[in-house]
Amino acid sequence: MADAILSVNNVTMQFGGVTALSDVNFAIERGEILGLIGPNGAGKTTCFNVITGVYAATSGSVTFDNQPLAGLKRFQITKRGIARTFQNIRLFPDMTAVENVMVGADANHKTSVGGALLGSRRHHREEREGRDRAMELLTFMGIADRAADAARNLPYGYQRRLEIARALATGPKLLCLDEPAAGFTPAEKQELMDLIRKIRAQGYTVLLIEHDMSLVMGVTDRIVVLDFGKVIATGSPADVQNNPDVIAAYLGVPDDAA
Amino acid sequence: MSLSDTFKGLTKSAHAVSGLGERIGDLPRVSRWSLIALFIFSLYLMPWWPEVPVLGWLVDTPGTSFEGVITDKVVIYVLVALGLNVVVGLAGLLDLGYVGFYAIGAYVVGILSSQHANLPWLVCVPIAVIVSMIAGVILGTPTLRLRGDYLAIVTLGFGEIIRISANNADWLGGSRGISKIAKPPNIGPLKFGVLDAKPYFFLGLTVIIITVFFLRRLENSRVGRAWNAVREDEDAAELMGVPTFKFKLWAFAIGAAIGGLAGTLYAGKVRFINPSNFPLQLSILFIAAVVLGGTGNMWGAVIGGAVVGWMPERFRGFADKRVFVFGVALVLVMVFRPQGLIPRKIRKERWLANWKQRESEGGEVARG
Repeated sequence: MADAILSVNNVTMQFGGVTALSDVNFAIERGEILGLIGPNGAGKTTCFNVITGVYAATSGSVTFDNQPLAGLKRFQITKRGIARTFQNIRLFPDMTAVENVMVGADANHKTSVGGALLGSRRHHREEREGRDRAMELLTFMGIADRAADAARNLPYGYQRRLEIARALATGPKLLCLDEPAAGFTPAEKQELMDLIRKIRAQGYTVLLIEHDMSLVMGVTDRIVVLDFGKVIATGSPADVQNNPDVIAAYLGVPDDAA
Repeated sequence: MSLSDTFKGLTKSAHAVSGLGERIGDLPRVSRWSLIALFIFSLYLMPWWPEVPVLGWLVDTPGTSFEGVITDKVVIYVLVALGLNVVVGLAGLLDLGYVGFYAIGAYVVGILSSQHANLPWLVCVPIAVIVSMIAGVILGTPTLRLRGDYLAIVTLGFGEIIRISANNADWLGGSRGISKIAKPPNIGPLKFGVLDAKPYFFLGLTVIIITVFFLRRLENSRVGRAWNAVREDEDAAELMGVPTFKFKLWAFAIGAAIGGLAGTLYAGKVRFINPSNFPLQLSILFIAAVVLGGTGNMWGAVIGGAVVGWMPERFRGFADKRVFVFGVALVLVMVFRPQGLIPRKIRKERWLANWKQRESEGGEVARG
């Protein structure tokens, strides 16, 4: 894989005696939508957290854009170009929708206390840029009509989409979505699939964790399956669907076959 | 006057104030600015408020000079509440040792203008502010890795360390303190003396207005957004690219600088300080001012500081029960307005209206 944007190399993650990830290897190619699936507790979110720097891997490495991510602070990883959403929505509840997105856009801004106090030209330019970018993204996600509302007062579907808008505002190369369709109706899932395709069409690479099989199968190019912290299968949705190991992981193995 | 009357008046005026801001904001530019100018002018007339018929009866402090109360208490508490609001209200860092910075500001002026040198007050002030700021950074660098209760306990210790150190250090005057501190220089007709408190009030009010001006700029910038994001969800903020540690340290440093500034005003006015002027109780009272006014709302901090500074003096009539009455009043406010007198509001984005308008105009143009 010559053009891997992110590669996870032999990553092991242990919490005390629990091994959440063991020797995990996979890569994401530039411009693809990669699904990361697995039964509950398989280590999907842990994998996300290692990639975004929330946890430091016990061993192994993560390489992004041909640079190792080890030792970088979380906000630095974001500035390198990895943005994420959360399995449990984690917006800034008392800030407006547009402010939430502007926080993301600020990842590309340099104004600090001095510039803000003196009202520097850069401060004004960056504020304007941030607003325009935020409104553009809210429009893109179809939630601009509630831009001025506090995030806490938005309907659930809006909150999910606001999280994606906020992540996109940081200007990522790789967008990681952690169960973006959790709690969605089938119609909303369909909309989300279209959105994810639209996001990819704009040149983003997407890593998607999802429980919902119809969504994963419908939108991803490739799928990596985790079970008990190990990669048990990698391949196209059709391949993975028919892989006996995957079926066993999801449905269990009959006693006589084990 | 009965307590419930006071209370009703208080909440009613708080409601009025919080609604007022928005309505003034919607006015055309000229009328908005003239109203603001008029309001500021009336603040400068505060020393004469007790002579106004109804207002006078409400605000006057029987038994103490109203002028003294607004200079020694109200101005200082408002300034301190503004600074503490940055730390507690905006960035969400519970600082229980804020009196330490206030003490540092006062002590730097004391040391440089009396104890060890004879620098004029005006020269001491910037030095004191910078020293307080550095103290904030020194305290913040190791402690801002802690969160919530743990941070509160460390800062609580800091406040006590400053007071006890001052008590034990002979070069800081020990428990006798520092006297003959320089006073602010006379500006034209404003003579900073012992008899007339008004010049000190005008100076303090001016400092507050300048502070509010700059704090507003910070609040409406990337810095303010970063602080709010840290308060709401620190982990999410960091993962969205906010250098949280840096901005928390800034909040601490700016809060400390304003606390130190308040200390310099205090030292310049009373001209004698000793460690017992800076007890832990004062830190708690400062927090009370911020919470009472409305955590995270700058106007709330102003009102909270003013009320906490003024109310115990207003209740002098209750003699030795006045602190009790003050406590009951605080509890009542918190029962009826748990978010504070002027709660933090979702920011109304003025530019958003323009944006929508622009958008719809753009749409019409495209269709036409």
